[in-house]
Amino acid sequence: MSQEKKMKLTLPVEEYVGSGNLACQGCGANLALRYILKALGPKTVLCIPACCWAVIDGPFPHSCMSVSIYHCAFETAASTATGVKAGLDMLGDTDMNVVSWAGDGGTLDIGIQALSGAAERNDDIIYVCYDNEAYMNTGIQRSSATPKGAWTTTTPVKFPKVESKKDIDAIMAAHRIPYQATASIAYPEDLYKKMLKAKNIKGTRFFHIFAPCPTGWKSRPEDAVKLARMAVQNCLFPLYEIEHGENLALNIKIQNKKPIDDYLKLQGRFRHLKPADIQSMQEEVDRNWNRILKKAQGC
Amino acid sequence: MRKVIMGNHALSYGAMLGRAQVIAAYPITPQTQVVELLSEMCADGTLAAKFIKVESEHSAMAACIGASVAGARTFTATSAQGLALMHEMLHWASGGRHPVVLGNINRAMAPGWSIWSDQNDSLSERDTGWMQFYCSSNQEVLDTTIQAFKVAEALFIPAMVILDAFSLSHTYEVVDVPDLDKVDAFLPPFKPYARVDYRTPRAFNGLTGPENYMELRYKLQKDMERVPEMVEATGREYEKLFGRHLGAVDAYRCEDAETILVTSGTAGYTAHVAVDEMRKDGLKVGNFRMRMFRPFPFDIVRRVLLPAKKVAVVDRNISYGHHGMFAQEVKSALYGIPGAPPVFGFIAGLGGRDITPASFREVVDTAAAQDRPAEEILWIGVKR
Repeated sequence: MSQEKKMKLTLPVEEYVGSGNLACQGCGANLALRYILKALGPKTVLCIPACCWAVIDGPFPHSCMSVSIYHCAFETAASTATGVKAGLDMLGDTDMNVVSWAGDGGTLDIGIQALSGAAERNDDIIYVCYDNEAYMNTGIQRSSATPKGAWTTTTPVKFPKVESKKDIDAIMAAHRIPYQATASIAYPEDLYKKMLKAKNIKGTRFFHIFAPCPTGWKSRPEDAVKLARMAVQNCLFPLYEIEHGENLALNIKIQNKKPIDDYLKLQGRFRHLKPADIQSMQEEVDRNWNRILKKAQGC
Repeated sequence: MRKVIMGNHALSYGAMLGRAQVIAAYPITPQTQVVELLSEMCADGTLAAKFIKVESEHSAMAACIGASVAGARTFTATSAQGLALMHEMLHWASGGRHPVVLGNINRAMAPGWSIWSDQNDSLSERDTGWMQFYCSSNQEVLDTTIQAFKVAEALFIPAMVILDAFSLSHTYEVVDVPDLDKVDAFLPPFKPYARVDYRTPRAFNGLTGPENYMELRYKLQKDMERVPEMVEATGREYEKLFGRHLGAVDAYRCEDAETILVTSGTAGYTAHVAVDEMRKDGLKVGNFRMRMFRPFPFDIVRRVLLPAKKVAVVDRNISYGHHGMFAQEVKSALYGIPGAPPVFGFIAGLGGRDITPASFREVVDTAAAQDRPAEEILWIGVKR
């Protein structure tokens, strides 16, 4: 037994998300918040708008969290955080991380004005969008983060979503904020490392975290991390960071880019797609990936 | 120190003397000078505050709420469309018990575009759980702003300080601007009972089921009911220090009046002058200028109005399909009381049309000619 090899724990053991919360089985958003708080630590305030996490935390007067949370209005994740940061600064608590923790609907749709405003002012907040690609908390309605072709309750199979996913990362890059990153629950060390880096940067920092939702994607809970990993490996959701809107750096280099077929097959929301649809999706993934590669090469 | 300042700057001075710590605002005519002066005060160090130049009024109120839950004293100012855009967040501020103070310049709602005064913007927000104070002079604007912080923070209820577009916002008057140290003695720093803090982590505003929600609203109402007394007490304390009394209402020559005008804002100031003129002509008229509309000061309203023979409410606002809103509420206060005087509901001055002493003469003459109101709404100065 003396020869036993032990795996090395690469993340802090401290937990700020308690057990017994109301997340669904296999919830990507639950994992995502666990990981980012391991990097940010206890001196953190979360501003949570309407999203799955408005419920996961637990009903009043309970909370599963060991950091403070302010549940704010749907479109105010950024503006509330801006105010909290200003207030804390005035009271001398200048070393706190003020985090907007919002879903894709609250970020790409209803909250984009406030987010753009905060980014333009370079307010000293960390805005994190956990992206499960639809309004999952209200019952799987399409958002502008929903991929083209996906079934949702407002894009039924007969009238599927025909629009492509909004490129929020390019929008944020256009704001020239000091730091932004994409991240995935399948790459916790990468997420942790980038959040640590962001923590020590002043100004607006933006994270876009890919967070599968078994309930809304009609996938198996045990496949959540696998799906997130596949989305990185097939270049559907590349992991990178950008500083000041330029200098894109790929964090996970992909040697053998895989087709998206296997990724789609594991999800009921894509079951209706025909080979031509899948081909079209593949072409879009390829186009996006090539664009990222060009930016990574500085052209 | 006595200064000649515009109504908008009276708000700015009120916020400065109240030592607002976070200000978040978006420009809208006719409010702009309020925040312009405050941004200068923040820039030159007159006021130690963070000034957040947000991209909308919705974000302004959200940022004020965030700063308030962090423990800071917060202030914003807006008008009309801006206040309407804040509507959701007005509920958030009161429901979350964040004592934000907001200056609203009464401006008519579009369309058509109007920048002139009426009260439909603020009165459309009467059910949002905010205190509402209507001012009739620049001195009152400044004094009310300072007192609003005190009452709001004592009860954790946000407060609106309201003044008319142009007839107050852009009108220059002599204002006694008190010394900062005297105001400090009156208004201690904001001490919230709970804030977002790493020392004691808390979750605010979590999902609240039917088993708890009603109690939160009951508590808000019970604290609202404490406001009238607190406004009077705060007014008396302020008077001791600064020599000026402001209560929930300003009742002028009402004791022996047969007809009492119910007014608010600058029109209430005009009514004061009109009452003196009509008294000279032998008309027994009084002016009951309501400074506080929310909470509605039922007791004072009943005490002052019940002895009158007629009550004539002049509303610079309208609830379409119903009455003017002051008239609605005065009626509800007097309802069911034996011998209560009839309430005549007049509407005048919408969209900034002038309300003059002659308007009040017409109001009093109309009420005199009718035993009971001939119509649900009696219009003054409308082209039919």
